[in-house]
Amino acid sequence: MNASHNFRKTSAAAVADEVLGAAVGKTANILFSLRGAAVAGYPGFEELRDWGRSRKMEVSGDLGPYARRFADRLEAAGGHAHFARDGREAVEIIKAIAGRVGAASAVKSKSMTAEEISCNEGLAHAGVTVTETDLGEFIIQLAGEKPSHIVAPAIHKDRAQVAELFHEALGSAPGLDVGDLVRVARKALREQFLSADIGITGANFAVAQTGTIAIVTNEGNGRLTSALPSVQIVVAGIDKMIPELSDLPGFLTLLTRSATGQVISSYVTMITGPRRQGEEDGPKELHVVLLDNGRSALASGRFREMLHCLHCGACLNSCPVYRAVGGHAYESVYPGPMGDVLSPLLWGMDAYPDLPDACTLCGRCAEVCPMRIPLPEYHRKLRVLRAGLKGEAAGWRAQAWASMAENPLLYRAGVGAVRRVLSHVRGLPAKMNGGLPGAWTLCRELPHPQEGPDFRSWWEKRQKGPSGKPE
Amino acid sequence: MKISLLLTCTADVLYPASARACVRVFEALGVEVIFPRLQTCCGQPWLNTGRPDGARRLALHFLEVFEDAENVVAISSSCADTVRNHYAELFPDSVLLRERFQEVAGRTYEFCEFLHRVLGVKNMPSHPHPVRTTYHSSCRTLRGIGLRGVAEEYLGQMLGADFVPLAENETCCGFGGSFSVKLPEVSGRLLEDKLQNITATGASLVASLDLSCLTHLSTGAERLKLNGIRFLHLAELMAGALA
Repeated sequence: MNASHNFRKTSAAAVADEVLGAAVGKTANILFSLRGAAVAGYPGFEELRDWGRSRKMEVSGDLGPYARRFADRLEAAGGHAHFARDGREAVEIIKAIAGRVGAASAVKSKSMTAEEISCNEGLAHAGVTVTETDLGEFIIQLAGEKPSHIVAPAIHKDRAQVAELFHEALGSAPGLDVGDLVRVARKALREQFLSADIGITGANFAVAQTGTIAIVTNEGNGRLTSALPSVQIVVAGIDKMIPELSDLPGFLTLLTRSATGQVISSYVTMITGPRRQGEEDGPKELHVVLLDNGRSALASGRFREMLHCLHCGACLNSCPVYRAVGGHAYESVYPGPMGDVLSPLLWGMDAYPDLPDACTLCGRCAEVCPMRIPLPEYHRKLRVLRAGLKGEAAGWRAQAWASMAENPLLYRAGVGAVRRVLSHVRGLPAKMNGGLPGAWTLCRELPHPQEGPDFRSWWEKRQKGPSGKPE
Repeated sequence: MKISLLLTCTADVLYPASARACVRVFEALGVEVIFPRLQTCCGQPWLNTGRPDGARRLALHFLEVFEDAENVVAISSSCADTVRNHYAELFPDSVLLRERFQEVAGRTYEFCEFLHRVLGVKNMPSHPHPVRTTYHSSCRTLRGIGLRGVAEEYLGQMLGADFVPLAENETCCGFGGSFSVKLPEVSGRLLEDKLQNITATGASLVASLDLSCLTHLSTGAERLKLNGIRFLHLAELMAGALA
């Protein structure tokens, strides 16, 4: 990213788009309600959240050793582990594998970590055509767009837009309903599955104890991607570690109930090593690219619990800001509350200076986060970090206002002055329209004090009054 | 029983009538109200805009004024939330200060919460002049104070069928302090959605326990010329019912 992200600009454009707002709001609300029902139907869910958090605390406190243990077990099972310090290294590793096996095409199941490293663009440069096989990803790949939700990547599109897109790009009949659209996609994808040289997947969990990768999908595309091509490449952040195989059921419950309100997803694929002798299916080569890209640094800092994120999307679905603007306005792989925090941490505050402010501190995300990540608190901490970077934290303005506010006499004089102004002023003078007062009056009038005396005068008069309680 | 009233700067500037109503409600319930005159702002604006130095200074001032209070009751949820859930963590390097803040936090309440949890008020008398009323829950009341359904129950007792619940009542009104002026377009959209839900109830009165939300909603309603709707603190209705 060259110029820094301007969320005021992108969010203003997004809220003006009525179709976008309706589509995102509707689906996010459905997912949010499904989550609510699924959690209510699981009596021990709150305890499970505590358990999940404590388990991930063990991992984030010891990230490197867990990842190395996973790599050892994977190699023992016949797979290949590759450590990548950043996205560029990860893409180079993937390109080298593709080059060595002479790959011309790849199928890919949904992976936000692969998005994070711009995997498709990298492979395209190496002459490998990548086909997205998750239906939502397939749609946005055809449209030449980016995912706008970490679980439901095409959440910003409605049925009519998808029908139009398939008509133009795939030559299907215009105005198809949802069932027919799925059939069109399935037919197009089947051919790709059978001919692809490489399958690329993400990982929802990586089990350190056994070197196992677990992938959660609802369309079966993850299974085909990992079973049909002769080479499979898994892109996994090192934060995806869980200690043992016996931890998997608990984490799956936390993930699927929070993400889509499902008791369990339609498919849970567990992969330990490549095809073994005597087996007929599965890749002959299995590579797992273990991506750091800033994660080790997070582990030792104030935002450590971001590494516990399961990428379930519950915070997006609950967030009033995300619901109003959709994912693209964030201009990051990771939108919504988790993205507000991750984007400046992974790509720098200079790249995303506004995202710490993309939060009303309403607290709903923290209420639904399966891992109890303190997202509102992290937004506050990022604001402190940003003020520090800009040298504003101890700046004279903040100090001057604090000096006034902590002095009872100055404070009372200030309150009186503001009351007088707000009692008489109805509109803003034109020269103030550009600043913060102008931002307020963009959609609101100036506030007016309630009728009657100010509270302090009333109180004082009442304390002194002959009857004790006038008024 | 004594309470020390945390007026909050929003009430100081904009909502003196709400504050007077709180006093009347407490007196009607036999609670002695103390108003510490040296109190100022809780420091929330500094806390939420990445200026912890300023927030710390206001927190220390609060401690000086309120540390000896039997109970502290704030008129607005977000200020009660600041004292209760954020002061102590502003002082990571001082165990002693953190303990003192936690101690006073344990005696700090939001107004309606105090009625319910401390005074154990079960019933509100019916209001002599009920009008169709809805209730804005406010994020900090719900998720900062952890108060759900209590205000609604009191409203039902006071107003009967004239109390109409609000759709999407756990969704933010879009204020968010500095958020309202940093991202005014998004804030305005959330405000408009909230006002639409309010209009749909047919209510001419909106009650809340958070004065910042009330300010946001009322100034937004004025812009949209929703002139038939009044916005006020729940205490004002209670004062009418208890008078």
